[in-house]
Amino acid sequence: MFAEIGQFALILALFVAAAQAVLPMAGAVRGDAALMAFGRSAAELQALLLLTAFAMLMICFGRADFSVALVADHAALDQPLPYRLAATWGSHEGSMLLWVLILALYGAGLARFGDNLRASLQARVLSVQAMISVAFLAFSILTSNPFARLDPAPPDGAELNPLLQDPGLVFHPPLLYLGYVGFSVAFSFAVAALLEGRADAAWARWVRPWVLAAWVPLTCGITLGSFWAYYELGWGGWWFWDPVENASLMPWLLGTALLHSAIVTEKRGSLAGWTILLAILTFSLSLIGTFLVRSGILTSVHAFAVDPTRGVFILAMIVGATGSALALFALRAPQLKSGAMFGAVSREAGLTINNLLLMAVTAVVFLGTFYPVVMEAVGKKISVGPPYYNLVFTPLAVPLLLMVTVGPLLAWKRDSLGVLARKLRLPALLAVVVGGGIAFAAGPVTAAAVVGFTTAFWLILGGVMIFARRWTGAGGFSWRLVRTTPVAVIGMALAHSGLGVTTAGVTAMSCFAASKILVMRPGETTSLGPMSVTLARVHELEGVNYQALAAEFSVREGSRIIHLQSSRRFYPVSRNQTTEAGIGTSLFGNSYIAIGDTQQGPGGDGLVVRIYRHPLAGWIWFGGLLMALGGAASLADRRFRIGAPALRPAASPSAVPAE
Amino acid sequence: MRRWRSGLIAALLAATPAAAVLPDEMLADPALETRARDISQQLRCVVCQNQSIDDSDAPLARDLRLLVREQLSAGKSDAATMDYVVARYGDFVLLKPPVEPATWPLWAGPFALAIGGGAMLALWLRRRGAAVPAEAPLSAAEAADLARLDGG
Amino acid sequence: MKRLLFLLPVLAFVGLIAIFGVGLTKDPKELPSMLIDKPMPQFALPGIEAGGGFATAALRGQPALVNVFASWCAACPQEHPVLTRIAGEGYPVFGIAWKDQPADARDWLARLGNPYKAIASDLSGRVAIDLGVTGAPETFVTDKAGRVRYKIVGPISPEAWEGEIKPLMDRLRAEA
Repeated sequence: MFAEIGQFALILALFVAAAQAVLPMAGAVRGDAALMAFGRSAAELQALLLLTAFAMLMICFGRADFSVALVADHAALDQPLPYRLAATWGSHEGSMLLWVLILALYGAGLARFGDNLRASLQARVLSVQAMISVAFLAFSILTSNPFARLDPAPPDGAELNPLLQDPGLVFHPPLLYLGYVGFSVAFSFAVAALLEGRADAAWARWVRPWVLAAWVPLTCGITLGSFWAYYELGWGGWWFWDPVENASLMPWLLGTALLHSAIVTEKRGSLAGWTILLAILTFSLSLIGTFLVRSGILTSVHAFAVDPTRGVFILAMIVGATGSALALFALRAPQLKSGAMFGAVSREAGLTINNLLLMAVTAVVFLGTFYPVVMEAVGKKISVGPPYYNLVFTPLAVPLLLMVTVGPLLAWKRDSLGVLARKLRLPALLAVVVGGGIAFAAGPVTAAAVVGFTTAFWLILGGVMIFARRWTGAGGFSWRLVRTTPVAVIGMALAHSGLGVTTAGVTAMSCFAASKILVMRPGETTSLGPMSVTLARVHELEGVNYQALAAEFSVREGSRIIHLQSSRRFYPVSRNQTTEAGIGTSLFGNSYIAIGDTQQGPGGDGLVVRIYRHPLAGWIWFGGLLMALGGAASLADRRFRIGAPALRPAASPSAVPAE
Repeated sequence: MRRWRSGLIAALLAATPAAAVLPDEMLADPALETRARDISQQLRCVVCQNQSIDDSDAPLARDLRLLVREQLSAGKSDAATMDYVVARYGDFVLLKPPVEPATWPLWAGPFALAIGGGAMLALWLRRRGAAVPAEAPLSAAEAADLARLDGG
Repeated sequence: MKRLLFLLPVLAFVGLIAIFGVGLTKDPKELPSMLIDKPMPQFALPGIEAGGGFATAALRGQPALVNVFASWCAACPQEHPVLTRIAGEGYPVFGIAWKDQPADARDWLARLGNPYKAIASDLSGRVAIDLGVTGAPETFVTDKAGRVRYKIVGPISPEAWEGEIKPLMDRLRAEA
């Protein structure tokens, strides 16, 4: 019953989306207010229908209704209820449904919160949004129906991969999707602007909150995914340059560029064409990320071979969306009005250089991910792995990070290198001294460590300087200036220093992480750096749907003793196993212990133990959270400002030098 | 995990806790072992998705790790050891692809993009800087949009 | 000039799709052999029973198939009837039991029948590495001079035997 309601709602949503794709657009062309208004109701109705469909699927999972094929394939009776519910989006079909649901929710948001949009623009945006919806709803219904029945129903289902039965992974995909799909709004805005032939400051101001609304969850999702890999995969890696990870990093990098170029378009009316292009490319990379990579088309032809319709369908949709948008861009963008001019040394130029470097690092990830496919075309096989990325990504990332601190210190329109140099002299010196000092103190000093820590401190300092310059006017520090600091400025400072915090963590982990692999027996003690690790005992554990072998360790560092449990779980239903590492966290680093099989050691049979020391590991993800928080602050400010005329910033006084 | 067949298991392995290097494989000489780990991290496990043989618990990865250690113990250089593996499995095992005409776009592309983009920006700034007045006034429609945004 | 610049993204995209189109039709799992047109690497392995086994030299003189198999390999039983047929048609098939306990391999062959002219036991997997083997089954086609001419990854299908490999074997037989 529930499955049928869901199925019906899903199909109905397709028809609503089809109407929404055509009518508001026609209304915008003919100036028909009623047709344009239809777009808003349709968007909300579509969201309601998909919400219903998704809820129905969730109920099927909650009730363990194994007559629904998807449930039988991804849920088992002895699986805890929360994970059974989370399995709703743990499969291809379910995640497709989540995808279209989020798309519809963004559409409804556009309808609901877009009152201040020009009616014709809103109508066009909603139409484009619905076109994407139609394609993916059709894909879902025709090739990946989540409500397909199974007859006869099996008595029990197959379990969701236990590796995915983890709180981190329950929220990881929805967050990523909020990001990927959120960029569809920017895409729709870009296409609508091209159709209207207008992309001006107001347009950019409309787009920016939507870009932020996608960027913030994507940042959280990537951070969470990295953290999950760190604690769940059992060997302390936090980034693998895996195609799936790269797929999320590319839209994030370009989305970051979009965020900044939209600022230039909003404040100065310039770079409109560039902002539009970035919006198109960011969403295209999201599509490529979700589908080409996640569906496994790139990594195995299997996806094509098993179900060619799916692969061809997906490819056709990407080609259709991106191809037509880029063709429209070629046709219409040259006619867009170009905004105010800026000098070679100016905030605008700084942001443009930042954009170029972001493009370049995106190109690194893109080439690394897809070059093997290109080489296949000429009949050669190559692999691209971490050694490539480390070599090519880093030299481009360092200037990019250095620019981050410079940008906010530049004045709009025109600045001078002399003034800039005077502003930067002291902070630069400080960064080199502190960064170099940390590198020296931390261990065998390397160029990478010095550059890394200097860059990290430079970024954190950049955040501090944003406040310092904001809070001191002509008459020195004043509380009035502190009180009136726009939340968006706080957001920028948080995000930029967050990047510095992450950089510090990455540097420490790349340069100073240590590890030891050995066979240990209960009672034995070993040391790694200043750490002394004792294996206290080994015992068995019984979980809800797993059995585990657990080892208790005590870790002493200085006078601090912590107790860690490290285990390996066996899930009998799916016959899978996972490693649960024991992780001791502190501000300055983690101790990380994972256990493996039994093996012959020097003192007889013992447990294979991997001990890691991860200096500043937590900073990597804490920095990510700071960035997301900064984005959220910026978003909050924006919503605040719209409709509150008194708070309109008088073009931030601190940014305009007295020249 | 021992009974496997290349295509099928690759997906599973990516999601399986990596056992990777085991104590019984490791060389007694720490300097040699460090070199072995370094080399292992540069070599791809050919039956896995994007894992080095150092990170993989596939049986073939273990065989290759042992092979690398044997070669080093026999006094071979790092480069010779890598070549030994490449001679058997091809460039595909190198996680850092060789620099050759076919991979120039891969290696130089991002830098070319940054430099080319920078050059274009400089050119554009010079040309337009001369041609366009510093400030383009807002059109009436733009002003109206902005006013509406600000709640006016 | 300016127009061209705006046209660039869509042109680049079309080019990219074209390359993808070609690249995606290839199987990324298939690793081309480094041994094509090179002599079979030197080895001399014991058999799965006393007195068995063979060395590289045994491959000279006639075109042959060298099949890497194992009793634990999931796809091998599927291929086995094809190998039996090939051997029945008079083409020599050599077997390399890859990382397989001799007793397991013997049981397996006792159950399914033994199509192999000779079987070498590569218990350590070292010879398989020399051959660039990534999984079982894999099959090499060698010519009269003992050079590798072709490699099949995965089980040989009857169609592949009829359409590709058998004609190749016949050509190799005709070679001087």
